Amino acid sequence: MTFPGARSTTSPPALDIDGVSKYYGHFPALRDIRIKVAAGSTVALLGRNGAGKTTLLKIIAGLSKPSQGSVRIGGQEVREQATRARIGVLGHGISVYDELSALENLTIFAKLYSLPEPERRALEWLERTGLDRVRDGLVREFSRGMRQRLAVARAFIHEPEVLLMDEPFTALDDRAIAVLQDLLADAHASGRTIIMSTHQLREALELATDVVLIQRGQIAHAGPRTQEMVDDTGWLYRTYGED
Amino acid sequence: MTPFLRATITIAAKDLRSEFRTKEAFNASLSFSVVILVLFSFAFDPTSEQMQSISGGLLWLVFSFASALSLNRSFARELQNDCLDALVCAPVPVAAIFLGKALANYLLLICVEITALAVFALFYDTHFSQQLGPILLVIALGTWGMTVIGTTFSALTVNLRMREVMLPTLVYPLLVPALMAAMTLTTDLMNGMPLGGDNLLWLRVLTGFDFIYTLLAMVFIDIVVVG
Repeated sequence: MTFPGARSTTSPPALDIDGVSKYYGHFPALRDIRIKVAAGSTVALLGRNGAGKTTLLKIIAGLSKPSQGSVRIGGQEVREQATRARIGVLGHGISVYDELSALENLTIFAKLYSLPEPERRALEWLERTGLDRVRDGLVREFSRGMRQRLAVARAFIHEPEVLLMDEPFTALDDRAIAVLQDLLADAHASGRTIIMSTHQLREALELATDVVLIQRGQIAHAGPRTQEMVDDTGWLYRTYGED
Repeated sequence: MTPFLRATITIAAKDLRSEFRTKEAFNASLSFSVVILVLFSFAFDPTSEQMQSISGGLLWLVFSFASALSLNRSFARELQNDCLDALVCAPVPVAAIFLGKALANYLLLICVEITALAVFALFYDTHFSQQLGPILLVIALGTWGMTVIGTTFSALTVNLRMREVMLPTLVYPLLVPALMAAMTLTTDLMNGMPLGGDNLLWLRVLTGFDFIYTLLAMVFIDIVVVG
């Protein structure tokens, strides 16, 4: 499936998933996934539990290798170092260290991404996510919402061109949802590409420009988000017989 | 500073800082080493000739078991909150992550071993101060070998439920050449023999082991971690 924006440009798509299949033993978790996503798109990856959304996101992030097919980001292989610098991943886990402080956590990732003045960058993001007052507090002492906001800061700190998010709104408190929605709106406005899997249809469809529905490891629907989907969030699942 | 070196130092500093906060691996390794050495000193006559001849073996058995306690935690601590995913997604070679972790493990183990050596000197009536330099060299080389193999297998077994059992089961057979070399050299040095002559071969074995396994680990660690 090629989203409309991708056809209108001669530069490589922000994300090109070409014939990706993934097998666990003989079980096909993903079958022949083909998607091209234009830069600046926000794609909502929908599907029931076990449909293959997380597997697909892990392959896009380079955390798992496909059994067949390839993934290219901006025309480059996903495991290339330069490509990884362009990706931000917010997975199921918060991916920060409990025994380190918020500032130490973000500074480590800023250093790993070779950002100039890593500590200053970390402080900026702590401020943006409302964690500057607890910058020296250990993460293990944080509330769940604070931990989630720190995870968001960690994923955004290098201002990636492509954001991959697996269930980003799950288990967030109201403040963290607000922070994330603001950051996603900013990211979309500045032309970044966002791929997010989610069960929270309303939040996702408000942000999405395109929708991909995965059923049993295959694409059941891919196309632009329509007003009909936003007005009636159950429409997709009913249309494709998953309700 | 190259990006590789910067990433290595960042990971090593991160692991050391985490360990100094929790002291989980350090306390376990250190207390194990001290308790075993003290118990052995009560079980055997530490001044006997027989004791002198097995001193190297005893020390390295203690070091290797203590290292298993510490190395098990190396990649396992990255499972908490899925931190390993964030590290693998970062634009740094997996080899740099590995080397950073290995360096942190190495420094921790060296601290444990130097403390254990002091306890050994106290309880076993051995006189190795003349040979302290060469003994520390052997400890440095032997520990690096254990660290490289242990850190590699810590990555390999990180997702296994039985990793605490699997790590030593996989690591010790591979460590046999390095442990034999380190034990022989340490025993010789403890008995007043200088480094060189007959035991030079063992020093070469130990150095070659470190070099080969470090190289292999650096080449294959990406496959081990990412698949």
